[in-house]
Amino acid sequence: MKKLGIAVVAAVMAAGPVMADLVFPSLSYRTGPYAAGGIPFADGYADYFTLLNERDGGIGGVAARVLECETGYNTEKGVECYESTKGEGALVYQPLSTGITYQLIPKATADDIPIHSMGYGRTSAANGTVFSHVFNYPGNYWNGASGAINYLLETNNGDLSGKKIALVYHNSAYGKEPIRTLEELQKKHGYEFLPLAVDHPGQEQKSQWLQIRRERPDFVLMWGWGVMNQVAVQEAANIRYPMENFIGIWWSGSENDVLPAGEAANGYKALTFHGVGSDFPVFADIQKHVVDTGKAAGAGDQIGTVLYNRGLYAAMLAAEAAKKAQSIHGVAEITPAMMRDGMEALEITPALQEELGIPGFGPNFSVSCENHGGPGLVGVTQWDASAKTWSLISDFKPTDTEVIGALIEEDSTAYASENNIALSCQ
Amino acid sequence: MFYREAGDFSTTYPQDSQTFPIRFDRYRYYAVLAVAVVIMPFVMNDYLVNAIFLPFLIYAIAAIGLNILTGYCGQVSLGTGGFMAVGAYACYKLMTAFPDINIFFHVLLAGGITAAVGTAFGLPSLRIKGFYLAVATLAAQFFLVWLFNKVAWFYNYSASGQINAPERTVFGVAVTGPNTEAWATYLFCLVFTVLLALIARNLTRGSIGREWMAIRDMDIAAEIIGVNPLRAKLTAFAVSSFFVGISGALFFAVYLGAVEVGEVFNIQKSFIVLFMIIIGGLGSIFGSFAGAAFLVVLPVVLKLVGVDLLGWPTDIVAHFNLVVVGLLIIVFLIAEPHGLAQLWRVAKEKLRLWPFPH
Amino acid sequence: MPEQFVWGMEVFLNGLMAGVLYALVALGFVLIYKASGIFNYAQGVMALFAALTLVGIMEGQVPFSHLINAIFGTKIHHFGWHAPALLAILGTMAVMVLLAWLVQRLIFRHLVGQEPILLFMATIGLAYLMEGFGDLMWGSEIKKLDVGLPQGINLAIDEFTYNIFDYGFFIDNLDIVATFIAIALVGALVIFSQYTKQGRAMRAVADDHQAALSVGVSLNFIWILVWSVAGFVAMVAGIMWGAKSGVQFSLSLIALKALPVLMLGGFTSIPGAIVGGLIIGVGEKLFEFAIGPMIGGATENWFAYVLALVFLVFRPQGLFGEKIIERV
Repeated sequence: MKKLGIAVVAAVMAAGPVMADLVFPSLSYRTGPYAAGGIPFADGYADYFTLLNERDGGIGGVAARVLECETGYNTEKGVECYESTKGEGALVYQPLSTGITYQLIPKATADDIPIHSMGYGRTSAANGTVFSHVFNYPGNYWNGASGAINYLLETNNGDLSGKKIALVYHNSAYGKEPIRTLEELQKKHGYEFLPLAVDHPGQEQKSQWLQIRRERPDFVLMWGWGVMNQVAVQEAANIRYPMENFIGIWWSGSENDVLPAGEAANGYKALTFHGVGSDFPVFADIQKHVVDTGKAAGAGDQIGTVLYNRGLYAAMLAAEAAKKAQSIHGVAEITPAMMRDGMEALEITPALQEELGIPGFGPNFSVSCENHGGPGLVGVTQWDASAKTWSLISDFKPTDTEVIGALIEEDSTAYASENNIALSCQ
Repeated sequence: MFYREAGDFSTTYPQDSQTFPIRFDRYRYYAVLAVAVVIMPFVMNDYLVNAIFLPFLIYAIAAIGLNILTGYCGQVSLGTGGFMAVGAYACYKLMTAFPDINIFFHVLLAGGITAAVGTAFGLPSLRIKGFYLAVATLAAQFFLVWLFNKVAWFYNYSASGQINAPERTVFGVAVTGPNTEAWATYLFCLVFTVLLALIARNLTRGSIGREWMAIRDMDIAAEIIGVNPLRAKLTAFAVSSFFVGISGALFFAVYLGAVEVGEVFNIQKSFIVLFMIIIGGLGSIFGSFAGAAFLVVLPVVLKLVGVDLLGWPTDIVAHFNLVVVGLLIIVFLIAEPHGLAQLWRVAKEKLRLWPFPH
Repeated sequence: MPEQFVWGMEVFLNGLMAGVLYALVALGFVLIYKASGIFNYAQGVMALFAALTLVGIMEGQVPFSHLINAIFGTKIHHFGWHAPALLAILGTMAVMVLLAWLVQRLIFRHLVGQEPILLFMATIGLAYLMEGFGDLMWGSEIKKLDVGLPQGINLAIDEFTYNIFDYGFFIDNLDIVATFIAIALVGALVIFSQYTKQGRAMRAVADDHQAALSVGVSLNFIWILVWSVAGFVAMVAGIMWGAKSGVQFSLSLIALKALPVLMLGGFTSIPGAIVGGLIIGVGEKLFEFAIGPMIGGATENWFAYVLALVFLVFRPQGLFGEKIIERV
């Protein structure tokens, strides 16, 4: 069995094509418990590169190739995917799962390949002096937590003292991310904070929602994923919790999460760091060059959904970073190390968004050697159940960088000292 | 012709009671070991080691551990994932608390701690039997995962709740952390696997192994002929947990390097190790290896064939993967209920007679 | 504290309701285990598969459309019909019967007389198979299941309790419906097994295979029947749970909620599954209510198992399980 495995591996590796294109691996999860979230993201990611190849002839004249590898949201499969794709000249990894991201941070750094964990993964990776190869622009979970509080401040005339804010969270590293930030902000704004853990997978949340019904928090935040989201929205509707006071993180704010609850989900809000809907010029191009030519990655019914847009946006940022890298180094066929430089010099301006066909789609930001997380601008979207659309109700606004910066500093220095990492950018 | 014991004479007791009494067997194992130690490190690359060999070696340890408990002592356990987590977290705490001590001892100690925890959770086995026990061990699985997730001391109060393996060396060569060489991690795990397999083999041949098997075959009868069920069951839990703990420690420190307990050591892990020993063969050390190899290599091969050779969409291949694994399990059970180990035994029988089967 | 007490009562009632839902899943396990000694790990996946099929039929999805599209480059998705719920339930039932027949014919007929652990293993293989098959057949996105069950707070109870305790209890309408369906289901099962020929044969098989065979009961038929009934129970459970969360992969994980129930009630007893479900439901909810906040919450998963474990230490065969008699 072993020998057979080696023979097959060797044969496949030998048969692999020579490096003549820009390789963007996509560690997708189209199966398993989170498939519903993984499919649109992977479609969006693939479709944008197809669009670039079809419309512009690639990136800087070199064709982009998306190398899809199925992880099923499983860390071990993620490792296998990483090892099997990195030899093909993978430029940047989108690990798409907290576990796989943590896994890859040391590995990819050692292999000199950048990681872009967009709105997930290790939050303190925003500190570029410690995490030289990890990027999590344009926003992270702590930005999200602060963004939610800022939004509530804004809607409550800048005063949250005496208000009660509950957090319903997935009882895992991911779900616990915002707690520290919310506790720090609690000291600043004087609200009452009530964290409620939901055990994986989150099919049964009666206890938590009964408690919410008893305690009557003014606002409920949610850090959920997978089936937990749908059940939470349904339970909130069941206890007649006012949906407009219920705000989810961006992973709890897709069509998948609200559609099963039907009309009852109307008014539910979610944070976001990119635009919603398909009302942007780039979608016309995708329709023309990708869908109509039959080259779409999926069935085509996901276009314009939140997670499709997120995949598209991730691809767009990757492509822009690649272009940047090409112009910095003056070569078209860039290496992962050059890609890293490109990501560090990435700048998203209104003019660039206009040019890409996504005016106002995402926040404007620039990345630097020290700051891999961008400014962390967070917007808020709201679900309209009768029209079945999300709409942006609050523009991308800054978050409390003072509080978050201190937390990031603390966590990343702890990581650096535990792993003997020499600080860069100095 | 190829496999025979004719001409094998034992003239002394040590000769008769050595680990592999048949000469051919012995040489064959020496050959496999020689290839594994001398040749394999030179052909190792990152892909082979991370996609196939590390998971294979580490799962093999876990499978041997569970096989001791389930295959030899007859106590079905579904707490393997939880016990692996104990090993992993014990190893992490030891690694960060005593950075100067060699990682080798950390891993062994992690096994020891897991053995203690496993024995405690083994206590109900004195009352509860069969499937009831299997489900009862799930209590250990869920409770341990919850505990490691909840108590911040276990992950050194890091904001992320994850544990990361810092770099540690053996003889100056890094075996954990990001800057490891493929051959080093491979050899490190191989040493553990071979050592533990030898220990398991000899334990199961000795008096304690016979006690376990007596309990497995019928515990009341065993008790009547003088086997102490308390001792037998608890030692089985302890030894099994020791193995599982070591595999958990290696899984975290060497293979993954970063672990979140709910994601990596969840109930699926318990099931997959159980599948390994049932497919491989209950009550067989070789079966543990065969089962681990089967379940590690099969998905990789299916993926390579489906995605890379045939160019199918990755999700369809993944779904087919499930279908094929499911089908293979069923077909195996129908064709050979005693697992790959039994196939191996049958093959040996055939080879013994070949080419004159009658 | 009276307020705590009133809240505790609300939690208790909700625990009972949750327990009914757990019991629904556990019932399927018990039926199969009793009749054939198979611990059917695939029960959760059966619920998922049934719910997927139900939605597929209702929405007129083309089975295997993703696969067909990938191979032939076509773009088919739907037949373009919307079947009424009742019709779809009947269609799903037919599929589950077919499945029962296939399972019996292709798998368990070849495994008669094997050890329980191997039968258990075979059902795990079956679970894998059905999981992959279900995904291939119907796709892995989340589907909305709408068979017209009411959901949300029951206002009558809310008002009634408000008048008494000055605090309105929350009871989900869906849970009330589930309770009635569960009662009806158990009633039907009891009538079926007590008063029909097939039902009596089923009980005979459960008691003693060989004795049943010798009086002319067809084992094959009974097993197909049992698997079909278990498939029906799985479908009901799938509908109830699917109404909460949409039909998706995680539905198969509800099996894990049923295991402590089984353990506590005994693998062989239908009343055990019900009582066990209620005890587990109430126990875990009350624990989360009273102790949970002190130790950080999210205790329900493990507490259910620990509770069952404590019961087992005193009654190793579960509350209502057949007494295990061991002879040498």
